[in-house]
Parts: sequence; C-alpha cells; structure tokens
Amino acid sequence: MSAIAPVFTRRTAENQLAFMPFITAGDPDLPMTARLIRELSAAGADLIEIGFPYSDPIADGPVIQASYTRALNNKVHVADIFATVAEVTRDITTPLVAMVSYAIIFRIGPDKFVEQAAGAGFAGLIVPDLPGDEADQFAELARTAKLDLIQLIAPTTPGDRAARIMQNSTGFVYCIAVAGTTGVREALPDELQQMLRQLRERTELPLAVGFGISRADQIDGLRGLAQGVIVGSAIVRFLETLATDPTQRDAVLKQVHEFAATLAKTAHESR
Amino acid sequence: MTTTTAPKATSHVPDLHGCFGEFGRRFVPETLMHALEELTTEYEKARQDPAFQKQLNELLRTFVGRPNPLYFAERLTQLCGGARIYFKREDLNHTGAHKINNTIGQTLLTLRMGKKRVIAETGAGQHGVATATACARFGLPCVVYMGEEDVRRQKLNVFIMRTMGAEVRPVTSGSRTLRDAINEAMRDWMASVETTHYIIGSVVGPHPFPMMVRDFQSVIGREARAQCLQEVGRLPDEVVACVGGGSNSAGMFHPFVDDELVTLTGVEAGGRGGQPGEHASTLTYGTKGVLHGSYSYVLQDPDGQTMDVHSISAGLDYPGVGPEHSYWKDTGRVQYVNILDHEALDAMKTVALNEGILPALETSHAMAYAMKRARERSKEDVIVVCLSGRGDKDLNEVARLTGQTI
Repeated sequence: MSAIAPVFTRRTAENQLAFMPFITAGDPDLPMTARLIRELSAAGADLIEIGFPYSDPIADGPVIQASYTRALNNKVHVADIFATVAEVTRDITTPLVAMVSYAIIFRIGPDKFVEQAAGAGFAGLIVPDLPGDEADQFAELARTAKLDLIQLIAPTTPGDRAARIMQNSTGFVYCIAVAGTTGVREALPDELQQMLRQLRERTELPLAVGFGISRADQIDGLRGLAQGVIVGSAIVRFLETLATDPTQRDAVLKQVHEFAATLAKTAHESR
Repeated sequence: MTTTTAPKATSHVPDLHGCFGEFGRRFVPETLMHALEELTTEYEKARQDPAFQKQLNELLRTFVGRPNPLYFAERLTQLCGGARIYFKREDLNHTGAHKINNTIGQTLLTLRMGKKRVIAETGAGQHGVATATACARFGLPCVVYMGEEDVRRQKLNVFIMRTMGAEVRPVTSGSRTLRDAINEAMRDWMASVETTHYIIGSVVGPHPFPMMVRDFQSVIGREARAQCLQEVGRLPDEVVACVGGGSNSAGMFHPFVDDELVTLTGVEAGGRGGQPGEHASTLTYGTKGVLHGSYSYVLQDPDGQTMDVHSISAGLDYPGVGPEHSYWKDTGRVQYVNILDHEALDAMKTVALNEGILPALETSHAMAYAMKRARERSKEDVIVVCLSGRGDKDLNEVARLTGQTI
C-alpha cells in the first residue's frame, strides 16, 4: 500500500474531502517547484500532483499547456524533476503523484521510469493518455514498484468500460468532471452527480474529481459524492505573473498559499 | 548457423486492436475512447455496407473525378534517360489533391453516425480545403485548425476554405505548424466529442484512423495497379510517393504490399540537411515513440519531447508518421529516403518545364527521387510516381524563396 490510501481513509472517516492541487514541474524553474510543493503541503494539501511538462499535450487546456511551454523553454528535463522531487520528499509527508504523458514514459523506458519515480519518492502515477485498455503491463510494473497507478474515467465512459478500467486502478479513481480539457469552468455539469453515484456502486476506491474546479462552492457540491478534489489550472494561473516579472516569487508563493489554504479548509470541513 | 529475419509485411493489418506489428494502437485521453470505439464499429459496418460503398464510389466518380489517369511522362523519361516514368494524377481530382478521397469517405461516416459538426487540421491547406469542400457538399459546419505559420504560407488555401464556408482557426502555440494544429483539433474534439467528428487528414492518430484513412486512400494504388497492368502489361518495378504523415503514400503502396517484386519507396522531407530541427525525415532519423494518439516513429529528444522540424513544404512539416509506415520500415517492405528542399524546388521546375504539369512541393520530393532513380534504372523498367497534388498553392512561397514576384 502506498502513502495515498491512508490520506483518503483519514479524510473519509471524518466526512471530509481530500484536497489535491496540481502544479507543473519546472514552471518557472525547479527551485520554485520545490518551494511550491512545500508551500502547498503547509497550506493543507493532502496530496500534490506534479505535472511533467510535455511538448504536445492533448488533454490540457491553455493554462496548463502554457505552463508546460514555460517549463520546456527553461530546459527542464525528466532527470532534474526526479532529483528535485527526491530532495523534497525527504522533508515532507504529503504524497506526490506524477502526472505524465506516456510519450515521456515510453521514451525513458517504462521499467526505468517507474524505478526512478519510486526512487524519487513519488507515491503514484497518473498517465492521462494511457487508457485502461493499454494499461495492463504498465500497471504490473507500477504495482511491483509499489506505486499506485491512478486511472481516469470520463463522462463519456460507458459503465461497463468504467468497471473494466477500475480493475487496474489503485490509490483513487480520477473522475473527469467535464468532457473537455483541463481548465477552470463556471459550473460543473449536472450529469457529474449521476456519474459519481454510478461509479460508487462499481468500486470501493476513493473517487477524486478533477478538470474545471476552482472554487469553494464547487468543492462543497461534491460532498457526499466524492472523496477528493483536484485543482490545477486555478493554481497554475498564479505562476503566469513570473514569466514577465521574476521578482514576484515570494508574492506568488503567498498568493498560492492563501488560495490553497482556503480550498483546503473548505474540503476539510466535516459535514 | 541460424539467421533471424524480420517478419514479412502483409496487407492484412492492423489487427482488432489497431496494431500494425508493434505500431499503432490508441494512446489518447479516456474522454475520446468511447468515440473511437463507436467510430471503429461504425466504420466496420460501413465498409461492409453495399449502399455506403455505392454512394462513396458514385461521389468519387462524379464529384471527385475518378478514376484519374496514369500518365506516361515521356519528356521527363527522355530527360532522365533511364526507366519509364508514369504519374498517377491525383492532381486532377476536384480540389487538386488526393486529400478529397479521404474527406468524402469520412464525411459520409459523419452523416452515418449522426454527428452534426466536423473539425479538421491542416498543414499545407489541402486537407482543410478537401474537408471544407466535402462539408459544403453535405451542409455540415466545419472548423479547420491551421498553424499560424502555415496560414501565412498558404493564404490561397485559407481563402478557399473560407469561401467554402469553413471557419479557419489559426493556431499560435508551439511551432505554429501542422503538429500544433493537430494538438488543437484534438483539444476541440475532447470538448465536443459527442456531437463532432474529427476528420484526421493523414494515416496518423489513434485506431481506427490510420486504417480508415489508408482504406479511403487505397483507391489511388488500386487504380494505379490496374492501369499499369492494362497500359504497360505488367506491374511497375518501383512505386514512389512522398511521406509526411503518409496518406498518399499509404494509399498508393497498400495495394502493392503483397506484390513482392514491386519496390516501394517513400520520400521524406530532407529539409536543409540531417541536423535536428533542419528536416522532417521521421523514418530516417526518428525513434519509436508516442505522438498524437499512436505508437510510431517520432522525431523526439531523449526525454520524449517532440522536436521541431523543417520542410520547405508545409504538408511534410510533421515530426511523426503513420504507424503503418513504421511497420513497413521495420519489415523492410518499403524503403524510405529523403530529398532536400532545394532538390524538391528543382524537381518542381523540371516537371513544369518538361511536362506542363506543376506538382505540389510535397509531390516534388517524390519527383526528385523518381528522376534520380530513373537514371539508375534501365529503359525497360517502369517507375510510377504518385503525383499527389498540384502546386498552385505553393507558388507564393516558391516565388518568395526564389526572390521572384507574382
């Protein structure tokens, strides 16, 4: 069992939601990424997703895509990301999960990637372009390395397919709230509740909702339906300032802390 | 002593999972998986439905103008002084290129699936024009994504698409070329998949696209094969076609794959030379990887990041290639070579001067290789070149590059 399961056990026992922010590794550079991870951990994050920048993302909206571009323009490499994460995981207990394209994993070598991810202290992997049908062998590699392989379910996924996919899933199930790319949405679709209820009947794994979430009232709306909430673009957006004004690092860290702390507080209300 | 050889290529690929040997498959976000399964099922039904095939063939005959001729390039043959060179005249199709074969087929599928909107991506603009044309023919709204750099290079095609009622959306991310246009079209599809069909323009992308586009384009090779048998009395010795994503070449080669004596040659964009970023020769310099939903050869760095590419031709300016080409490369069935920018420019001019035919810059790569090869072959030999598209769209760019004004 990785470090992920206890997070959900604890939060669920208290009728709380786990709060899981996302940031891009290397945006604007890796020292800042290390500071952000520590800041988010201090602000009450239960788990932090670390996006590996990729040149051709297709599941991501403009905010995260731009952050990948910023990181790649700064020549951020996979080996450097692992080194930074290894340093941070020595001091914090918040589990980290890598969000990484299969293009990167395949190029590094699935065995080698899994070994390095586990060695760096990651607790799990999310591979958005590795659908359940293709995941058997990779899931086995992850299991052997004691990494959770978190699978994604979309609003367009039929029930029987969802059940099949979740058989290979560990840690939690990543429920995509909207048919579309990552990015802030004004409202979450009505069908989301029904999707979560149906998934609940098919798995005992925690359900975490991502894509489109940026506000406390959206988190409140998921109470009783999901066990976790993922917030990406709304946090990554704070980093945009640094592309034009690198002197604002401390101010950005403070903004991120305040924003994350507010959302974490909402998620952690016992109701 | 035992020797190991790569398994022989067969035309009976892909399998049910979309595998061309080890290549192909589906590496896409879960949001798209249901649509891909639905498309696979619907395409399979359509393929076996005589009414669908009849409608498709009728449109290819009356709207596209098929069959187009196999033309003996007599003066070019004399100039080269070797093998006889024949052109398969896809440039004579409606909209001036092979792309229309695929868009007509996929538009009929769109209607069959009850989808209300079409999106597409385009590099040189020929696929965009062909999609806009097919959508206009059937009254479907159409959005075409095109890199900003390609919008600049291909103004004429942008204007044609808009005249046909399509909305052209310039893409400003990344290298502002075909690869970024595909990323953007995929993102649109993620958000609209329940009502929209994405007409991919080449034999790339997740299963079933590489198979489906190849099937729709195979009309090129089927006709060329039959015409060669009729006009020459035998199969050609060599078949040559250019390869960007690889759709005209896949359509040209596929019907010849099981004819072992026919040499098949794919010609990639050699750009300014072999340095990274200077060419778009994915099969010559690439490594195995994942891009745009399938596993194939890719031009990528050691971290798996896609590399920048260059070609004088917007239609070949792509860092990936269809998975079936990767399969053909590894089985040795097709040989892949490359031609430099300036060689393609020269070939365009030579074909225009000697045959009164202006090939597209993409096609000019295949022409340049075919002329070289013809000189090395005997007068008894026959080379068939896929003349994939006409060059009108490239003239502004050619004029700019050669310091001329139009």
